Amino acid sequence: MTLIDLANPSKFLSLTARVLPWLAAATAIVLAIGLYQSAAAPDDYQQGATVKIMFIHVPNAWLSMLVWGVMSLAALGTLVWRHPLADVAAKAAAPIGAAFTFLALVTGALWGRPMWGTYWEWDARLTSVLILFLMYLGLIALWRAVEDPSRAARAGAVLTLVGAINLPIIKFSVDWWNTLHQPASVMRLGGPTLDRAFLVPLLVMAAAFSLLFVTLLLAAMRNEILRRRLRSLQMMQARAFSSEVDTGSHEGNAPKPKFGAA
Amino acid sequence: MMSLGPYASFIVTSYALVTAVVLILIIAIAIDYRSLRQRLRELDQSGITRRSGRSAADLR
Repeated sequence: MTLIDLANPSKFLSLTARVLPWLAAATAIVLAIGLYQSAAAPDDYQQGATVKIMFIHVPNAWLSMLVWGVMSLAALGTLVWRHPLADVAAKAAAPIGAAFTFLALVTGALWGRPMWGTYWEWDARLTSVLILFLMYLGLIALWRAVEDPSRAARAGAVLTLVGAINLPIIKFSVDWWNTLHQPASVMRLGGPTLDRAFLVPLLVMAAAFSLLFVTLLLAAMRNEILRRRLRSLQMMQARAFSSEVDTGSHEGNAPKPKFGAA
Repeated sequence: MMSLGPYASFIVTSYALVTAVVLILIIAIAIDYRSLRQRLRELDQSGITRRSGRSAADLR
């Protein structure tokens, strides 16, 4: 199966049916390994056991940006190549990205209280991630507000691309401004500064959450394709219903409608 | 028993919250899928079929 074949929603559905069980199993296994390594990781000399929050906070924070990145690529697919699954992917990814961003914010606050002495600080990193969360909610609201799917797809794609400006701001906010949030300690030019005892569980948890994202995305895309199929069939049903009523009224003997309301 | 120190409640709350949100996501997607399949089956039974002639609930 080539990449072009995946543009066909039916072929995509058949692929997800085969791949999803394997992805779910891989996610569960890697997550179990990650959780075991997180539990077994030693206490940090400064943070103590609170370092364990980092093993869930950091993967959620990375994914909050990665998901918007994926949605931005999908937005290009919608606007430039008019790929039939691009909008499906973006729409399916948004609630998952919003959930990851929410978790990054809340776990960050729960780490910040014992370490910084505050749940929240209006510094550049925290504020830009909060803006990302609000953009996710805005995008979900937009898709729900516009009834015509093609208009909603274009409007959503434009908003997604505009929102992508926030990604480099989040990433470099700790370098550009003086923030309470610490600078990057894993994805940096000179290599990770984290000790191996913390780096390994962190990377395994990041892999587990990435697998979780792919699994949930494929499942949500399958749902979105089925939702669109349902919508078009309901419209077909409504057309059949109205043409039957029209025929009946022309003949002056309106029959009982064969199809129920959608 | 693993010792989580004086901030155990923050650590446990973090992990519990992540577990809850991930479970909610999984359950919401699963319920949505079942509901969509059910509605497609109902349409199929009412005689509405796809242009390809396949069943509405057919995952192809």
